Amino acid sequence: MDNRVIIVKKLIKKFGTFVANDNLSFDVFKGEIFGFLGANGAGKTTTIRILSGLSSPTSGEVIVAGVDASKKPEEIKKQIGYMSQKFSLYEDLTIKENIMLYGGIYGMSKSLIKERTDNLLEKLNFQDYGNKLIADLPLGLRQKLAFSIAVFHEPKIVFLDEPTGGVDPITRRQFWEMIYETSARGITVFVTTHYMDEAEYCDRISIMSEGKIVALDTPENLKKLYNAATVEDVFIKIARPVNN
Amino acid sequence: MKRFLGFVKKEFLHIFRDYRTLFIIFGIPVAQILIFGFAVSTDIKNAGVAFLDLSKDETTQKLTDKIISSGFFKRTENLISYNEIEDIFRKGKTKEVIIFEKDFARKLLNEGKASISIIADGSEPNTATLVTNYTMAIISDFNADISGIRSNNSMLIQPEVKMFYNPELKSQHMFVPGVITMILILICALMTSVTITREKEFGTMEVLLVSPLRPIQIILGKVVPYFLLSIVNVILILVLSWLVFGLSVKGSIVLLLAESMLYIMLSLSVGILISTVSGNMQQAIFISLVGMMLPTILLSGFIYPIENMPKVYGVISYLLPPRYFITIIKSVMIKGTGFLYVWKETLVLLSMTILFIAISVRKFKVRLE
Amino acid sequence: MQMQKVIESTDLSKAFGQTQALKEITFSVDESEIFGFIGPDGAGKTTLFRIIATLLRPDKGEMKVLGMDCVAGFRELRKNIGYMPGRFSLYQDLTVEENLNFYATVFGTTVKKNYDLISDIYSHIEPFKKRLAGKLSGGMKQKLALSCALIHKPKLLILDEPTTGVDAVSRSEFWTMLAKLRQHNITIIVSTPYMDEAMRCDRVALIQKGTILSVAPPQKIRDGFSRKLFMIKAREKYKLITALRNYPDTVTAYPFGDSVHVTFTDDRINESLFKFLHEAGLNNVTAEETSAGIEDRFLELM
Repeated sequence: MDNRVIIVKKLIKKFGTFVANDNLSFDVFKGEIFGFLGANGAGKTTTIRILSGLSSPTSGEVIVAGVDASKKPEEIKKQIGYMSQKFSLYEDLTIKENIMLYGGIYGMSKSLIKERTDNLLEKLNFQDYGNKLIADLPLGLRQKLAFSIAVFHEPKIVFLDEPTGGVDPITRRQFWEMIYETSARGITVFVTTHYMDEAEYCDRISIMSEGKIVALDTPENLKKLYNAATVEDVFIKIARPVNN
Repeated sequence: MKRFLGFVKKEFLHIFRDYRTLFIIFGIPVAQILIFGFAVSTDIKNAGVAFLDLSKDETTQKLTDKIISSGFFKRTENLISYNEIEDIFRKGKTKEVIIFEKDFARKLLNEGKASISIIADGSEPNTATLVTNYTMAIISDFNADISGIRSNNSMLIQPEVKMFYNPELKSQHMFVPGVITMILILICALMTSVTITREKEFGTMEVLLVSPLRPIQIILGKVVPYFLLSIVNVILILVLSWLVFGLSVKGSIVLLLAESMLYIMLSLSVGILISTVSGNMQQAIFISLVGMMLPTILLSGFIYPIENMPKVYGVISYLLPPRYFITIIKSVMIKGTGFLYVWKETLVLLSMTILFIAISVRKFKVRLE
Repeated sequence: MQMQKVIESTDLSKAFGQTQALKEITFSVDESEIFGFIGPDGAGKTTLFRIIATLLRPDKGEMKVLGMDCVAGFRELRKNIGYMPGRFSLYQDLTVEENLNFYATVFGTTVKKNYDLISDIYSHIEPFKKRLAGKLSGGMKQKLALSCALIHKPKLLILDEPTTGVDAVSRSEFWTMLAKLRQHNITIIVSTPYMDEAMRCDRVALIQKGTILSVAPPQKIRDGFSRKLFMIKAREKYKLITALRNYPDTVTAYPFGDSVHVTFTDDRINESLFKFLHEAGLNNVTAEETSAGIEDRFLELM
């Protein structure tokens, strides 16, 4: 039984003559926490957009949750969850309203939404705050909430784009515990981050540099391979910042 | 001073780098001048009509009454001589002058025909067409009445229609002034408010405030490029209209440019004012468009004559700078009037400008709150 | 000879509506220091920096910058401050060169005049000087913004989260550049959410919810950790954390990269720990004492 949820073979993405993704090949397994690292401009965002069905590859094979990304990118969107730092929730709506909105978008029934809403609020210790506006919540809470909503419809994969930027250390850790728990439920987590210590929380990580993948393995193995004490040291050794 | 110039230079760079802005500033006026020309029909109500009754007999009296009681017209004056005609059009309230020839009733009776001259204000071609049509309809109706009474004779009142100003009823004469008015307020208010709020939105305003640049330098620096570009635009539009349509400025070009500069200043200060109350570009654009452009197009007298509007809108139009400027520009461009005829409107614009600048300067914050 | 304090804050308070952003903040910064403000989002760092940069007025208390009151002396101060707000505030549609020239002109100087000050930094991006600022990568934008903030040789440099959203390599380079600025007698205050960067400051203020928790050299803060710290590793990270949290002797347990930092009630590892973890299904568990880092201390203080 093939337990790969993401299959990428020889992915190339060009913008004019500029090659953003240069012959990428990698797989991601079900329930994995996969860290996707790289310097700014290395091509990470391009890849994530292709994987989440927002953009099409120039060539190569990309299969996400069993769907061919170049043929049916729209189908992918139904199978995945997405959370980015720039946007997650509507600030002028309440928690419950946001949940209803997203639940509805993913085609969940009203009763299912209600049941899961109650669970979610309980888990976050928010039972009495269902009607609070997002704008009135501190950042850490918002991020946790955004994550919960991204997996609300129990997708096969959830993409997290720098989800913990600017958040305090305690909340960051709580966030990662939520990620662990999600992964234990069988949902694959594909996450990018600039916090190198978070890279260590991942099952496997890949490092991109100038459009190519220059490392792909468990954090442990990479550290051994490059004789480094931390993932940050590995990163500094092999990921040169992009200047074009 | 060097700082200030450095700032102005930056502003010019922004403008010329942004193709969308360039399109709005130059493309739209050119496009409008070349494409514009539509027929707009509105009903007339209380159009001002002046009578030059050289006959003053029962028939002319009856016809005059009929015209006035139709509800479409409102008598402005009874003229005494031909000399007064030009003057009364200049004043602006009269759209049409009706001249009954001497011995009207007698000629009608004896010769079977008498003539009426209808002279309309051609500087508003749409209105002119409408009022003359309505007038002729009334006359023809009157014709039918009197023919009916004396059954054997068909008597004819022959109206002769002439246009005062713009004899060929070229619609360019209507819309070129309107386009200038609209473009200027668009560029100045919209663009100015957007460029200031853009700095706020992108965070560069913070850094500007912390610099030695004084707020007045920032405001002026933002304003100067658009001031210059607007003047260029006015000249561009005038030249284009002249080349393509043969429309020339009847009055003093110097006066026209001077009034334009005043109007530009006013529009710029409106833009600055909008920027002080907008937190981001979207708000600025919205307020500028909905608050300025739409009323300008609809209520300033550009397309729809103010007299035809419901009273409420007419009152609102008093608050709009474009209304005054359109009057000025039409007077100078098409009617060829001098300053004496437009001093009132000029005064209004001047007061508004001073008021808006004063408010803007006060509201422009030296700090972030 | 006493050096004048570059910044002196006394009981500074600031509120926005109902929210008290800053509560009686008191601290001082010496000349040529690199002074860091560490704290999470919403702690009040940006508000504080804006007050120092004369962009906001405090409600209560006093803020003296370069000997002048931040409210009364704002005009003079603005000539001597370099400010780099979060998001870099560059003109996206102007080139690198044009941005730099603009800021130089606005501050009444030229790029040539103070070039030696920024040459280390600017040299990285100089090959791209004709490129539009909007088309630069995050790390390069950061360098450009720094150059623009320095071009007039300010006495005080205020950097608000200059490394957020920038990759690890660029961040490291950035801090190296900051350290070099000391030689020019430029005082730097910088805020960051990255704990590791705290170690590169001369002194650090931990700030949370508008209050300063502690001001000291980073090493001292770190060494103020009150307990013994232990590092425990196992393959299954999530299971390990959950199990440790359930272990009766655990005071705190936080994931830290590939291990979990734990403190115990009696400051030592009991044999019962391994038995407990084994019963929870964990094998190959390693445990050893470790020294606390500044982040551990921050977590303790929060």
